[in-house]
Amino acid sequence: MFGYLLKRLIQMTLVLWVVSVIVFLMMSFTGDPVFMVVPIDATDAEIAQARRLLGLDQSLLVQYGKFLTSLVQGDFGNSYVFRQPAMTLILERMPATVEMVLVAMALAIVVAIPLGVYAGANPNSRISRVIMAGSLLGISLPGFWVGMVLIYLFAVHWGVFPSSGRGDTAEFLGLRISLLTWDGWHHIMLPAITLSLGTMAILLRMTRAGMMEVGRQDFMKFARAKGATRRDVLYKHGLKNALIPVVTIFGLQLGDLIAFATITETIFSWPGMGKLLIDSIYRADRPVIVVYLMLVALIFVVINFIVDIVYTLIDPRITLK
Amino acid sequence: MTRQIKSKPLLAVQDLHTHFHTFAGTVKAVNGVSFEVGAGEVMGLVGESGGGKSVVGFSILGLIDSPGKIEGGQILLDGQDLVSAGENRLRQVRGREISMVFQDPMTSLNPLHTVGRQMDEVLCLHSDLDAAARKQACIDMLESVGISRAEERLKAYPHQFSGGMRQRVVIAIAMLARPRLIIADEPTTALDVTIQSQILKLMRQQIADKGASMILITHDLAVVSEMADHITVLYCGNVVERGKTRELIETPTHPYTRGLIDSIPDTAERHDRLKQIPGSVPDIRNLPKGCNFKDRCPRAQALCAEREPTLTAQHGSLWAACHFPLKPGELA
Repeated sequence: MFGYLLKRLIQMTLVLWVVSVIVFLMMSFTGDPVFMVVPIDATDAEIAQARRLLGLDQSLLVQYGKFLTSLVQGDFGNSYVFRQPAMTLILERMPATVEMVLVAMALAIVVAIPLGVYAGANPNSRISRVIMAGSLLGISLPGFWVGMVLIYLFAVHWGVFPSSGRGDTAEFLGLRISLLTWDGWHHIMLPAITLSLGTMAILLRMTRAGMMEVGRQDFMKFARAKGATRRDVLYKHGLKNALIPVVTIFGLQLGDLIAFATITETIFSWPGMGKLLIDSIYRADRPVIVVYLMLVALIFVVINFIVDIVYTLIDPRITLK
Repeated sequence: MTRQIKSKPLLAVQDLHTHFHTFAGTVKAVNGVSFEVGAGEVMGLVGESGGGKSVVGFSILGLIDSPGKIEGGQILLDGQDLVSAGENRLRQVRGREISMVFQDPMTSLNPLHTVGRQMDEVLCLHSDLDAAARKQACIDMLESVGISRAEERLKAYPHQFSGGMRQRVVIAIAMLARPRLIIADEPTTALDVTIQSQILKLMRQQIADKGASMILITHDLAVVSEMADHITVLYCGNVVERGKTRELIETPTHPYTRGLIDSIPDTAERHDRLKQIPGSVPDIRNLPKGCNFKDRCPRAQALCAEREPTLTAQHGSLWAACHFPLKPGELA
């Protein structure tokens, strides 16, 4: 177990290092951030000085060396625009994104698993066909359109949910959290629903496919021959066996939503980190983009690690080696 | 071995029809099968692959899934019909009154649950025992099917057992709630020959200990002839012959039964080639008029193509569905 952890840790570090190289190169070949910092009427001398201050006058290798050293030391530099540590900027906005994503994922699971199990167990029923048609819509409808429709219906037409912002937040461990207030819950529903539909549809289809596969197995019939209820056969014997691909997709989707909830955040003016990323890209605010991408890489690596551990909890035949 | 046969059988299957409605047409997998199993009896259900044997077993437990359906007949357990019984009644029957052992022990256990949990499930469903008593019952049962260190093994997963051991576990699960009837569907087909006889011995001992009855479904006449009191031979979803094991094996009257017996390899006499029944099972979506076996039968005559034979009494305990049955001593 210890050997496995060590191996995984080295692997994860390696992945993050490769990402750092890619991020660095990408940043170096796209745009010149100097013009974002200097005034429009700056002289050549001023530009050169700004370049020197930002360390952009040195060779790529030296720049990368400095970049990597400061990354390892946890110093991600200051935002060119906000003149604040880039990390602080992102961490301030992260709780908003994470809580929206968590609500979205919870919604996706609560809806997708039972419907997927039902559709997998009764593939020919009319209800299953409706469910599957719905899931196809969930996959193919773009988030920005769904978001706008939801705003029109629930915010404008019926006025049940607010259309934008985060509402009241409460402080918990120094983080500002919406889920601790009723108003926050009110505000989070529409964006979370918008964000969850795609994942919901994918998880539903994975669950259904898995259940159809498992349904043909002898042990399902054997469980029924023991006298187990249909519900127990489906959920206790079937679902667990169908879960490995579902967990895989769940992990990938979780990372994906945290990293790229940008569109939903923009539509609902949700003050999360996705919106910060888009703003930073427009302003070529390199330190913020770099920290963001590194953080996203870290999130994916950690989620994948957790998913691998969850596999072993589901299936005793899978061991950590 | 003589067993007392009660007037009222434990299980009576009467004119059972189980059909599968597929795109390619209706498959009449079981088409008018009747037989009885008395308390403590072992009945062998014999036939070729695709003869509808397993479907009979699943029909008894009400485990026929769409597109299959029991289209007619009765399955009487103690005189109570199971075909018309609801799911709740059937769940009480399954595992408690009638349990089943499947063909392939590699796939009949849930790979993600411990053996203990899979055994415990039966007792949770069918007994009022508390957790400690259930555990003890599972340990006792595992030991009685010849698994040592049973308490430890309860925590093991199926993949940690060999095929023969898994079939022992399956049998243990089937016997756990002390059912009165076990349906064993080719219980040894997937196992090594050396393990086969061990498992058969175990099953015989288990049902004798507990006074249970058994329906042994198999294509292997050698196996049933050792185990069964009665044999029912199925062909194309119909009973073609039935009777007491000894008479049926020694002096069969239906040419199909004769063919099955002749195709058992005989170690005493050396044949250059194994005997076989010529031809193959007809397409059961599209059964011919008259006798289903006529195209493969050495005794077929014009009448066989016109009229389907019905079960009629032959010598001794035998009943056969044949227009021209074999007389004792006569070869096909």
